[in-house]
Amino acid sequence: MMSLGPTLELTPEHLMIRDAARDFAQNEIAPIAAHYDEIGEFPMETIKKMSAMGFMGLEIPEAYGGAGMDGLSYVLALEEVSKADASHGTIMSVNNSLYCGGIYKYGSELLKQKFLQPVASGQKIAAYSLTEPSSGSDASRMKSRAVKRSDGSYVINGRKSWVTSGPVADFVLLFTMTAPERGHNGITAFLVEADQPGFVRGKVEPKMGIRASATSELVFEDYVCPAEHRLGEEGEGFKIAMTMLDAGRIGIATQALGIAEAAYEAAVGYLTEREAFGKKLGEFQGLQFQVADMKTRIEAARLLIYNAVLAKAKAQQSGARYTLEASMAKLYASETAMECAHRALQMHGGIGYSKELPVERYFRDAKITEIYEGTSEIQRMVIARNVLGLR
Amino acid sequence: MNIIALIKQTPDTAKLSRTLNGLQLMADGQPRIVNPWDEYTLETALRLKEKHGGKKVTALCLGNPESIEALRTAIAMGADEAILINDAALANADSLGTARALAAAIKKIGAYDIIVGGRSAIDGNMGATAVQVATLLGVPMLSYVAALNAVNGGAKSISVVRAMEYGRETVTSTLPCVMTVVKEIAEPRYPNFMGIRKASKAVIPTWKLADLGLSAADVAAKVTWAVDLPPTRDTNVEMIQGSPAEQAKALVDKLMAAKII
Repeated sequence: MMSLGPTLELTPEHLMIRDAARDFAQNEIAPIAAHYDEIGEFPMETIKKMSAMGFMGLEIPEAYGGAGMDGLSYVLALEEVSKADASHGTIMSVNNSLYCGGIYKYGSELLKQKFLQPVASGQKIAAYSLTEPSSGSDASRMKSRAVKRSDGSYVINGRKSWVTSGPVADFVLLFTMTAPERGHNGITAFLVEADQPGFVRGKVEPKMGIRASATSELVFEDYVCPAEHRLGEEGEGFKIAMTMLDAGRIGIATQALGIAEAAYEAAVGYLTEREAFGKKLGEFQGLQFQVADMKTRIEAARLLIYNAVLAKAKAQQSGARYTLEASMAKLYASETAMECAHRALQMHGGIGYSKELPVERYFRDAKITEIYEGTSEIQRMVIARNVLGLR
Repeated sequence: MNIIALIKQTPDTAKLSRTLNGLQLMADGQPRIVNPWDEYTLETALRLKEKHGGKKVTALCLGNPESIEALRTAIAMGADEAILINDAALANADSLGTARALAAAIKKIGAYDIIVGGRSAIDGNMGATAVQVATLLGVPMLSYVAALNAVNGGAKSISVVRAMEYGRETVTSTLPCVMTVVKEIAEPRYPNFMGIRKASKAVIPTWKLADLGLSAADVAAKVTWAVDLPPTRDTNVEMIQGSPAEQAKALVDKLMAAKII
């Protein structure tokens, strides 16, 4: 259980997890990050190694193939992975918060055995699919459809886009419309299998950043989904999607924190080594102020994330949501990642713009954290509606 | 088949500038890690259990109270049990004193078939302790093991490949035995999160000398040593003038005169 005391001190178990994750990430992920960024392919080999260590279902109980750890362990591990490579962070975050968390919370025993156990234990890769080419943040406008047949099964047709791990996923948590006239209350969640007829992988997105986290369209052509593979009730899809995004946003906040940390450490390293005009860069006050702001923002982001983790742990007891805390952490951490990557690159000057160093990758990777799982604008809307009581 | 893994916690020599005081390793207040050679020790012990019919892996460590962290890492990697030997009288023990305490602990553990150690510890780098343990226990010693050929717990025999300077040696021995391993043996695994959960809850007993039936005199250091830097050599720098061709000729002449070439 949560052991965050008033001092925010990590337990020896948390420290061991962080150190093991750091050791793995720096030795196995960091050395290959530039290569997979360049070729833009899914890093299957390291993901398999991460699966064996328990990275892929960290908070899921061991009975369902997971590592049975708490929410703080999850963010500690994810930060280390993301610091080495944000793409691995994306894959880990989607598997854990958006997919495994959703089935564990809403799934029947059958769904847990069939769709959760193999993913939490890392034998299968999973995806979460809400966005469509013509609907992002406004999910109620989605065009894909699931039509119920007389035997209770559903026939799914439509096109989904921006599916993380889409090119390799074995299972997908799919949100589609069963009752279009009801808007977002007409969305239903299904678990679909890539090896079934009617499941077609579409074009791979050529992305600016997180390029090793392969992203693609998915096309459904008369895909038949048995009734028992529906997650939750008809019309509950939007609620499930949003509830999972609360957890997902803690994941993206943590990924952003990892990117910010990596950029900050690169900046500190450069400021203490590089000289200009006869002085170390770090002796120039203009740069000192910037590095001070970077460090302060990083620690503030970390505390907002821990605060959201605490709210999530409480919510698991009370059944309440923790949307506000998750959105604040995601908004602040992602803007911190962008700010730190921007500052670090600028401090490096020309070499920062070169692919010789990872700083330009941090810059490209940071940008997505302000966009996916709710843009910064959406986070501000969510936060404002919460505090103004406008929901 | 019971396996005992001898592990040690050492300073992190990758952070050498912070761990060296002149020529002496500073033990206090520095980041400490599982002796990197002992990661291979643990991997070998775990493989003996998983692939060669072993029953139980016990990690045994002699060190200060902080060494319990090295033992938790051992459990996180997959060791079944762990025991720490800690006693103020062992603080300055030499390898023989250390080996006496380890041998006594191994006898106290009781049933054992294979005792695994690393080729050396990165702090002292003597590579002597495991050999002395084998001698004290009166069992065969297989050092520098690079591969396990066959292990037969029932027939009490083992065949291994030793990595020697001049080549490879295939050695067959009876069990029980002590072996030290080199890094060709197997790539050490990372501890998994389930293992970490187990490790953080594990109760690791600490044995004192009295628990082992030993006195401070039994483990008192017999060997002391001092280390010095090699004397610095006087060097002269002479710049050779002239065109590149003249410089080359002058350089070759000087080297030949000095009988270097």
